[in-house]
Amino acid sequence: VNEFLTHYAYLIVPIAKVAILVFIVLTVDAYLTWIERKVIAHIQARWGPHRVGPHGLLQPLADGVKFIFKEDPMPANVDKAAYFLAPFITLMLALTSLAVIPFGPQQFTIFGYETTVGIADVNISLLVLFAITALGVYGVALAGWASNNKYSLLGGLRSSAQMISYELALTLSVVGVLLLAGDFSLRKIVDQQAGAGHGLISWNIFPQMIGFLCFFIAAIAETNRVPFDLPEAESELVAGFHTEYASMKFAMFFIAEYTSMITISCLATIMFFGGWLSPFPDSWTFTHYLPSVLMIPFGLWVIFDGIRYETLFGRMVLPIVGTVLTAIGAALVLFPVLNDAIQGIFWFLAKVFAFLFVYIWMRGTLPRFRYDQLMSFGWKFLLPVSIANVVLTSVVILWRMH
Amino acid sequence: MSAPVIIFFVLAAMAVLAAINLIVQRHPIHSALSLIVVMVALAGLYLLMGAEFVAAVQIIVYGGAIMVLFIFVIMLLNAGEEDRTNFSKLALYGGIPLAVVVTGLIAASMVNSSVAASLPPAQPVTLTSTRTLSNLLFTEFVYPFELTSFLILVAILGAIVLAQREN
Repeated sequence: VNEFLTHYAYLIVPIAKVAILVFIVLTVDAYLTWIERKVIAHIQARWGPHRVGPHGLLQPLADGVKFIFKEDPMPANVDKAAYFLAPFITLMLALTSLAVIPFGPQQFTIFGYETTVGIADVNISLLVLFAITALGVYGVALAGWASNNKYSLLGGLRSSAQMISYELALTLSVVGVLLLAGDFSLRKIVDQQAGAGHGLISWNIFPQMIGFLCFFIAAIAETNRVPFDLPEAESELVAGFHTEYASMKFAMFFIAEYTSMITISCLATIMFFGGWLSPFPDSWTFTHYLPSVLMIPFGLWVIFDGIRYETLFGRMVLPIVGTVLTAIGAALVLFPVLNDAIQGIFWFLAKVFAFLFVYIWMRGTLPRFRYDQLMSFGWKFLLPVSIANVVLTSVVILWRMH
Repeated sequence: MSAPVIIFFVLAAMAVLAAINLIVQRHPIHSALSLIVVMVALAGLYLLMGAEFVAAVQIIVYGGAIMVLFIFVIMLLNAGEEDRTNFSKLALYGGIPLAVVVTGLIAASMVNSSVAASLPPAQPVTLTSTRTLSNLLFTEFVYPFELTSFLILVAILGAIVLAQREN
C-alpha cells in the first residue's frame, strides 16, 4: 500500500487536498449563513435562528435538508441547456478560484511528494483568480436570460453590466501591490510583506491604502453583496437572476455567493494584510500563545453557557463542544511544535473572518445603491482613483530607485 | 502517450467541437457560449506551451470581457432563433473548394514541420514568462504596442461619438 501511495502521490495528494478543502469550504459556507443571520439579527435587535439546536447551530443542516427535498419546478419555455448550466457554472467557478489561494506558509512532504497548504501553487495565481472571476459573470447572466422571466433578465443584465464595470477597478486596484511585489504569485506577495520581521508595519495596507479601498469596494460589487446587490434587489426585481430557481439549484447560487465572499476575503488578506504573517514583530514570541489565550476562555465560556442552557440537548452538546475547544487550546500550550505549526493558519483565518464579518456588518448597516449611482460611482470615481493609485505607486517606486 | 499529449488532444477536440457547434447552433446565445468554450480551450493550449501569461490574458480579455459584451448585446436585443436558409450557391462553388484547399495547406504544413515540432522548445520558460514578455513589450516592441493602444483609443472615441449622436 505504501509503495502504491508513493508512486501515485502526485495524483492522490492533490485529490485528497481538493476533497478536504471543498468539505471545509462548504461547511464554512453553511455556518457563514448562520453567522450572517445571527449578526444581522443582533444588529436589528432580534434573536436570529435559535430553534434548531442550541443557539440555532443546526439551522444550516436543516436548511440543507430543506433545499434537497424542496420541489424543483421549471418554468415554461426556458432555455433548458442554459437554465441547467447556469448554477453549475457559477458554483464551479466559485470553488475553482479557491484552488490557487495559499492558506499557510508551510511546505511539507507526504509520501515523498512535496506540497503546500493550498491546492495549487501557481506562479501567476493572481491572474488565474482574475480569469476565473471574469468568467463568473456568465453564470449570473445566463441564469437571468434562460429563466424566461423579465425580472430575471433585468437582474442578469444589471449583474453583467455591474461586473464588467467593477472588474476594471478591481484589476487596476491591485496593480500597486503587483508593482511593490514584482510578482504575480500570491505566495511571493505575502513573503514580500514580511519585510525585516517588524510585524504589521511592512504590510501592503499602509503604502496601498487607496488601492485597498478601491479593491474592497470593487470586490463587494463583484460578489453582488450589499450595498451593490442590485442583481437581486428584492424590492424591485423579486429576487433578480435567481427568481425562477428553487431547491438545490438555488442553493448552488447561494453557496457560490458565500464561496466568492471567502475567496475575496482571502485575497484581501493576502494582498494587503500580510496573509499568514503575524501583526506582531518576530521577536515577540509570547504572542504565539494568542490562539490558546483565545481558545481556552472561549471553550470554558461555552461549557458555562451549556450547563445553564434551556434545552436538554443544548445542556448535553454545548459542554462537549466547550471541552473540545478547551482541550485544543491546552494542547497548543503543551505541544510547542503544534503551536508553531498553526501560527500562520491562525492569523490567516483570523484576518479572513474579520473580512467576512465586515461583509455581514455592511449588509446590516448600508442601504442599496441606486442603479445610476452604482454606474457613475464605478466609472467616474473608482476607476480614476485606482488609475491614479497606479501612477502614484509607480512614481514613488521610480523615485526610490534613483 | 504522456499526459501533456493527452491533454493537448482533449483541449484540441474541445476547441474544434465547440467551433463546429458555434456554427451549427441556431440561437445566438448558444453560439456565443460555444465561442467561450473555444476561447477557454485555446487558453488551455497556450498554458500547455508554457505561455501562462498569454493563457490568463486570453481568458480575462476574450473569455471574460469581450464575450460578456457579446452576450450582453444579444440579451439586450433579445435576439431570437435564426432561421435556416437554403444552401447558398456561393458557399457551394466558392466555400467548399476553399475550405478543402485551406485544410490541405494546413495539413501539408503540419506534415512538413512535424520534425521541428516534435523537438522540445528551446527555452519555454524564459521565452514566455511574464517578466520577459513585458520587457519585450516595453523595449523591442514598444512602437507596435503603443500604436495598438492608440488604435483602441480611437475605437473608444468613435464609440462615444456614435453614442452621443442621438442627443
